[in-house]
Amino acid sequence: MTDLMLEMRGITKRFPGVLANDSVDFDVRRGEVHTLLGENGAGKSTLMKILFGLYAADEGTIDFEGEPLQVDSPAAAIEAGIGMIHQHFMLVPTFTVTENVALGLGTADMDQVRERLTGLSETYSLDVDPDALIWQLAVGERQRVEILKALYRDARLLVLDEPTAVLTPQEVNDFFVTLRQIADDGRGLIFISHKLHEVMALSDRITVLRDGRVSGSTTPGETSRQQLAQMMVGRPVKLAPDKPPVTAGESRLELKNLSVMGDRDALAVHGVDLSVAAGEIVGVAGVSGNGQRELCEAVAGLRPVTDGTVLLDGQDTTGASPRRCRASGLAFVPEERMLHGAVAQFSVNENLMLLNHDSQEYSRWGFLKLPALRERAGRLVEHYDVKTPSIDTATSALSGGNIQKLIMARELSAEPAVLIAAQPTRGVDIGAAEYIHERLIAQREQGTAVLVVSEDLDEVLALADRVAVMFEGRIVAVIDRSDCTVEDLGLLMAGAQP
Amino acid sequence: MSDFFTLSVLVATFASGMRLATPYLLAALGETIGQRSGVLNLGVDGVMLLGAFFAYWTVLETDSRLLGVAVGLGVGLTMGIAYAIVTLVFKAEQGISGIGIYLFGLGISELLFLKQVGIPRGIPSFDDLKIPLLGDIPHIGNMFFNHSMLVYLAVLMVPVLTLVVNRTTLGLNIRAVGESPEAADSLGVSVFRTRAVAILVGNGLAGLAGAALTIELGTFQNNLTNGIGFIAVALVYFGAWRPVGVLAGSLLYGLITATVTQWKTLGIVTGATASLTTMAPAVLTVIALAIIARRAADQPAALTVPFSRDG
Repeated sequence: MTDLMLEMRGITKRFPGVLANDSVDFDVRRGEVHTLLGENGAGKSTLMKILFGLYAADEGTIDFEGEPLQVDSPAAAIEAGIGMIHQHFMLVPTFTVTENVALGLGTADMDQVRERLTGLSETYSLDVDPDALIWQLAVGERQRVEILKALYRDARLLVLDEPTAVLTPQEVNDFFVTLRQIADDGRGLIFISHKLHEVMALSDRITVLRDGRVSGSTTPGETSRQQLAQMMVGRPVKLAPDKPPVTAGESRLELKNLSVMGDRDALAVHGVDLSVAAGEIVGVAGVSGNGQRELCEAVAGLRPVTDGTVLLDGQDTTGASPRRCRASGLAFVPEERMLHGAVAQFSVNENLMLLNHDSQEYSRWGFLKLPALRERAGRLVEHYDVKTPSIDTATSALSGGNIQKLIMARELSAEPAVLIAAQPTRGVDIGAAEYIHERLIAQREQGTAVLVVSEDLDEVLALADRVAVMFEGRIVAVIDRSDCTVEDLGLLMAGAQP
Repeated sequence: MSDFFTLSVLVATFASGMRLATPYLLAALGETIGQRSGVLNLGVDGVMLLGAFFAYWTVLETDSRLLGVAVGLGVGLTMGIAYAIVTLVFKAEQGISGIGIYLFGLGISELLFLKQVGIPRGIPSFDDLKIPLLGDIPHIGNMFFNHSMLVYLAVLMVPVLTLVVNRTTLGLNIRAVGESPEAADSLGVSVFRTRAVAILVGNGLAGLAGAALTIELGTFQNNLTNGIGFIAVALVYFGAWRPVGVLAGSLLYGLITATVTQWKTLGIVTGATASLTTMAPAVLTVIALAIIARRAADQPAALTVPFSRDG
C-alpha cells in the first residue's frame, strides 16, 4: 500500500477568459504537511474548491485513499474524510463548544459529544472548555475548536487556510507542535499560507502556484524564503525594503493619555502616550482586536475621544471632525479598505477625487472641474502604478493590491504631515506589498511622520524605526527597532510584562 | 373602580385575559421559530386572516369545529410553502415580501367572505373543558383550568417548543442557521431545509391562531385580526426570542385588553376616555420594546439575511 493519500492529477479549470488551474499536479502523503503557496489569484482556492466539490474540474482526476473522490459539497467532503479549517471561522458564536461540534452530526446527546470531545482535546493538547460559549473565547481557542470539529469527524486530510493569521508568534509555535502531532498520526495536512518563514518551519514539501500553474515544487531543505518569493512572483523580490538612514525631526503626532471607547461601551484604548516624529516610522504591533483600530479611528476623527489629547503637527485636534484632522495634515489608510477606504461602486476617478474635490483647484460654485480631475486621476494612477484598464473602471473590479495603491495615491497626494496606515498590505500580493512598503519608506524620507499598524510582525520589523506593542488597549512597550527580537515582541503581544 | 376589585370580577377578567392571549400566543410562538432560523415574517396577520376565514367557512358549512381548526392549520402551511419559495428560492427582501403576504391575506379573506358568506352568521365556539381536580380549586380553577382546548393547546406549545429548540437536533439546526448559516452549511446542515421547516411551523401556527380567533369569537368579519399578527411579531422581540418570554408578553397583552374591556363594561371609563384606554396595550408594547431594545444581543445574528453559498 502506497502512503500517497491524495492525488490530484492534471487538474484544469477554465473560467471565462481565465485559466484558473492549468494541469496542476498536487498530492499529499500520509503523515506529511504539504504547503500550497501562491499569490492571490494564483489558483490555490480554485484548486481547494475543486477538492471540496464546489467546482467541477474541466480536466484531471482526483484520488483519495486509493479511490476516485466524488464530492459535491463541503458536507460530502467531511463525510469522505476531508476537513477544512477556514480562515474565517465557521462557528456559531452563541453556541457552546460542544454544540458547535455536535452541529450536523444528527445527535442531541450533548453529554456523549462532550465526553469524546474532551478525550480528543486531551490527546492533541487542544485545550478548550467544552461548555464555553464561542463568543467568549479568544481567537486561538476558536481555532482549536475548528480543528477539534474536524478531528471529531475523523478527518484524515486537513486543509488549513491561512491558519496563523490570527495567532501570536508563541501561539504559532504551539500550534505547529499540534499540527505536527496530528500529521504523525498518519493524517495528511495541506497548509495554505503566505508567511514564508512559517512555510519554511512547518512544511515537509512545498508546492508553489503562479498564474494557475505549478511554478515550483520543493522542500524547505532545498530552498530559501528568497527563492520561494521568486517562484510566487516570477521575478526577484526584495523581502526587506532598503531603508536609508533618516534623522528623525520634531514630533508631528503626539498622543497624550488617550482613552477611547470601543463598540461595546467599554474602553478600547486606555491612556495611550505615543509620539511620532518627522521622518520616522513607528510600527504598532499587536494581535488584532487590542484597540489598534479604535486608536487609529480616534486620531482620524472618526471616533470620539473619551480622555486625553491628540496633537497633529502642533495643532490640538482632540475630538475634531475628520475634515479638520485632514486639514491639519493627516492622511489615513484604513484597515477595511473596501468599507472605509474606497467606495466600491465608484470608478477609479471618482475615488481619487473624493479627498479634495471641493478645493478651489478642482471645483467652482459647487461644480466639479471634471477635466482637471480626470487629468489628475490619470497622473496619480500612473505615478502610483495602479493597474487598471482605465480611470473609469469600477474600483471593485481591481485586485486588493491595486485598490490599496489607489487609496495610497489619494492619501499621499495631499502631502500629509502625518500618515496612518492600518494593515497596509493585508490581503495584498507580494509585488504590490513590496511597492507599498517602498512608498511608505519614501514618505518617511520626505519628513512625514508615519504610523504603521499591522498584525504582521514581519511587516512591522521591516518598516519601523520604533515598535510600539499594544495589548488590551494599552501600549505596553515602545522599543527601538535595533533592540527588537521576534520572541520579545511575541511575549509582549501576548500580554507578558516588559 | 371598587366594582372592579372584587374577587369574582378579577377572576373573570383574568380568565378572559387568558382566552384573549391565545391567538397572540400561537402566532408569536410560530414567529419565534421562524425568526430563530433567521427568517422574519411580517405577513403573520395576513396568514391569520386567511386561516381564520377558511376555518370559519369550514365550520359554517360542516359544523365541525375540529375540521375548522385543521383547515386553519392547513391554510397556514400552504402560505408557509409560498413564503418559503419567496424567501428561500427567490431570496426576496423579507421585510417587504411579508407586507405583500399581509395585503394578500387581508384582501383575499375579505373578497371570499363577501363572495361566499356575505352576511355574518355565528358559528359555535369550543366548550370550556374543566380539568378534573385542578378545575375545582376555588378561583384558581376558574382562572387557569376552565378553558377551551385551544387555550390549553397554546399554553402546552410553550414547553414543547422550548424543548424542541433547546434539546433536539432540529432545534440545534434551527438556531445554527439563524445565527451562522455559513457554519451550519459547512457541517452539512441544509440551511434551505431547516429554514423551510421553521417557516412551515411559523405559518402553520399563524393559521392555527386565526382559526382559534374566529372560533373563540364565534364569528368572522373583515380584518378580524385587527393587527394581532403584527403585535405577535412585536411580542417575539418582547419575549427575547424565547417561548416563555413570548408567553409572558401574550399574557400581559391579553390581561390588559381584558381589563380595559371590563372597565368599559363596568362604566369605569366612558366615551373618549374609553377610546384612549383602548390604546393602552399598544402604548405598553412600545414602552416595553424601547426598554428591551438594549437586549439586541439576543436577536438571531442572521435574521432577515438570505443565505447563499458563494462560488
